[in-house]
Amino acid sequence: MISAQSFGENGKMKDYHHTGPVEYRFSPYTFNGGTVLAVAGEDFAIVASDTRLSEGYSIHSRDSPKCYKLTDTTVIGCSGFHGDCLTLTKIIDARLKMYKHSNNKMMTSGAIAAMLSTILYGRRFFPYYVYNIIGGLDEHGKGAVYSFDPVGSYQRDTYKAGGSASAMLQPLLDNQIGFKNMTGVEHVPLSKDKAVQLVKDVFISAAERDVYTGDALQILGIFVDTNEIPRLQFLCIYQADHWQEVSLPGGGLDDCAFTFSLRIKINVGSIFLLVIWIHVQ
Amino acid sequence: MATLSVSRAPLGGFSFENCKRNAVLEADSAKLGSSVPAARKTGTTICGIVFKDGIVLGADTRATEGMIVADKNCSKIHYISPNIYCCGAGTAADTEMTTQIISSNLELHGLSTGRLPRVATANRMLKQMLFRYQGYIGAALVLGGVDCMGPHLYSIYPHGSTDKLPYVTMGSGSLAAMAVFEDRYKPDMELEEAKRLVRDAIAGGIFNDLGSGSNIDLCVITKGNVDYIRPHDEANKKGVRVNELETLCQTGDYKYKKGTTGVLTKVITPLNLDTVGEHVQTMDTS
Repeated sequence: MISAQSFGENGKMKDYHHTGPVEYRFSPYTFNGGTVLAVAGEDFAIVASDTRLSEGYSIHSRDSPKCYKLTDTTVIGCSGFHGDCLTLTKIIDARLKMYKHSNNKMMTSGAIAAMLSTILYGRRFFPYYVYNIIGGLDEHGKGAVYSFDPVGSYQRDTYKAGGSASAMLQPLLDNQIGFKNMTGVEHVPLSKDKAVQLVKDVFISAAERDVYTGDALQILGIFVDTNEIPRLQFLCIYQADHWQEVSLPGGGLDDCAFTFSLRIKINVGSIFLLVIWIHVQ
Repeated sequence: MATLSVSRAPLGGFSFENCKRNAVLEADSAKLGSSVPAARKTGTTICGIVFKDGIVLGADTRATEGMIVADKNCSKIHYISPNIYCCGAGTAADTEMTTQIISSNLELHGLSTGRLPRVATANRMLKQMLFRYQGYIGAALVLGGVDCMGPHLYSIYPHGSTDKLPYVTMGSGSLAAMAVFEDRYKPDMELEEAKRLVRDAIAGGIFNDLGSGSNIDLCVITKGNVDYIRPHDEANKKGVRVNELETLCQTGDYKYKKGTTGVLTKVITPLNLDTVGEHVQTMDTS
């Protein structure tokens, strides 16, 4: 059976039994694939990721999104080594809670970006193998995107692609959003619908040519609604392979915080049950 | 009298004279900062089975360069002779050239014997060539055909070993395809059942292996007839952009107007030519 691992370094097929000493090294990292993309508009931000988790030539999961909600105004997309993605998001969540309790306010997008930079640089000599992109609304309500490298260098952008297909997506975004390499084109400001459409189209192209990207696309949108309250909307899971757009309708605040509020309800319910049970006994 | 240097007759055994040259070339290119161009591997799923009337060969159609898809619809089932076809996995150039060399040698051999070539002959030629190159030719093949002695199926490894079996799989998706075979293979299947089994085995490789993808090609070889079905199943169609299904104004339009690329200078030189003929070949923009 031929597999990718059976090709040795010099291009020759590796023998089944090695002659001589072979050094095996344990690597603490592995690459789990995935692509993340964030776009900032005038009063909205969109963060999208594919949902495939892979390792080598295999697929671990077809339903592992890489966007994580941090606050009502900020979403982070993490791709690279999945173990470090999970740990890093847990650390960020804990730090957000600590800030909220000691400063009595939520962290702004810019503050989260600066904090993440210091967290990443703190591990300069054993880095988190994660490519981060933060998307959200800044304190003035304008869209903001912050892109990072694995050791914490960051800058604010209008749009950024990260992860395995980033080299394929970034030039297309440069052209369509930044209007680069085009003359005589009217610089129309990006609307939310056009941005979502562009993100879907761009991921179709990435999935065609990058083996690590595919299965489904998750898009999260952060924008200010008519009541001047910033909210996070789960726009859609777009399954490119099966042509089923599973779109979640934008309702009120209940929709955006659906996971969190459900959890609270269940807890309260179970406490009541417990109370009733003890009473009866 | 001029001294003529006559080259010595080649000694028997292996000749490694180019290895030193290759090592020097690699070191030189490393000094310049560039690297030796990596051969494109197919990262494939190929398989074959023997059924009641003959052989069914199957292959996916994705060719990868590293982890980027280089060709979304390449042909991995190669012609060897009118009654013998060969699927190839591994380095794309190696499978292509090896099968072409053996195909042309077999044709000459067939003219010399006056008979249709046997699968065992093709197998012997392929294994002797691959062994001579000690695994440096990265071609893993599934060879199948029907000759005067019946249907035969071989798997051939890059170092030159071969196995004669009723069902075989090769490539990075071989484990996924073999899982399907081990579940549902039985001897003396009917044609439709055999085609369905091979299609499902390749589909297992396409959906569970990152190195395989796109469509499924099939080749059915029976006594006196070859059915080369390409594509048998378009398992993966390219994503359709929403604006093609419903009319959405000003979204998803990626056509550039004339003048988007700025023209700096323009020089027109008229060529006085006569049109002899005209032939239109549409570009494959899939």
